[in-house]
Amino acid sequence: MHEAMVAENILEAILAQVPKKKGTVVRIVISCGVINALNDEAMKFAFDSISQGTICQNAKLKIKHIPLKASCNHCHKKFNFDLYDPQCPKCGKSDIKLGADAPLLLKEIEFEEDTD
Amino acid sequence: MKIKIEQKILAKNEDYALANRKYFKRNNIFCINMISSPGSGKTTILEQTAKAMKDKLNIAVIEGDLYTEFDADRIRKTGLQAVQIETKGACHLTAEQITKAVHKLDTANLNVIVIENVGNLVCPSDFDLGELVRVVVLSTAEGDDKCAKYPKSFVQADVMLINKIDLAQHLDFNIAKVKRDARKLNKDLKIFEISAKTSYGMNKWFNWLTLATKALKH
Repeated sequence: MHEAMVAENILEAILAQVPKKKGTVVRIVISCGVINALNDEAMKFAFDSISQGTICQNAKLKIKHIPLKASCNHCHKKFNFDLYDPQCPKCGKSDIKLGADAPLLLKEIEFEEDTD
Repeated sequence: MKIKIEQKILAKNEDYALANRKYFKRNNIFCINMISSPGSGKTTILEQTAKAMKDKLNIAVIEGDLYTEFDADRIRKTGLQAVQIETKGACHLTAEQITKAVHKLDTANLNVIVIENVGNLVCPSDFDLGELVRVVVLSTAEGDDKCAKYPKSFVQADVMLINKIDLAQHLDFNIAKVKRDARKLNKDLKIFEISAKTSYGMNKWFNWLTLATKALKH
């Protein structure tokens, strides 16, 4: 995943959503899938860099990783798909049916209004 | 205060990709997104494809590179239309860039658009361009461990071209292992062993391209 571009898109989406009132964003929750995965370290680094000088500059970024459901066409075992070990954990076959991978989502933000 | 957003982060890219896909289907244009490492032989494969298909299919190429017009120039020498996208450092193409590039093509009577993505086995696979088919190219010189190391590019592909097959005998490249690894990730992956340099296996790829393009019209 190209984390810098994702960071830009997150910032753009937040700036379009936050209330007109003065304040800061303290927490941001995003989620990703397995094929659409984000690297936490790269993502946080990219977002920290890109958000400097904005209301998000001190926000904590939380990244939720949503598993990719799979089922084995051979033994019908249901399991979470591992991109780096793509086989059925029960019978070891690779004839696997994959569910839909979770998209990259901006889920919620926490916004603190300035008190003064 | 918590604010629920639930918005797709790459929504803008997805909107453009959706529009591109609709456009390709409406105009019967078979659009391929070709992904690989730098130097796997994508442009040579396209040059050979252009020459072999020139009486059968009207093909145009959209070239993606960080800098230079080298690849578009190579394609134009074969007689095909080519548009070069210079990403100026970005590691992948976006659907919006494709929308703009398609506007620069004469699409009347066009059968196929091949997008040669930026040489990179990581980032391009995350960006839907609106293509109808994704082709991943792996050359034997890159080593036979790439499917396991870079699974994203293979899990989302429809076709894999194993290029430079003529070099395999000089390298520690286990073709059976690569095919096994790739099919573990993607059991429906169509695999062609080719050499764009010697033409080995290229006819099978040309036939597939011809049939897949014709199938679009029905």
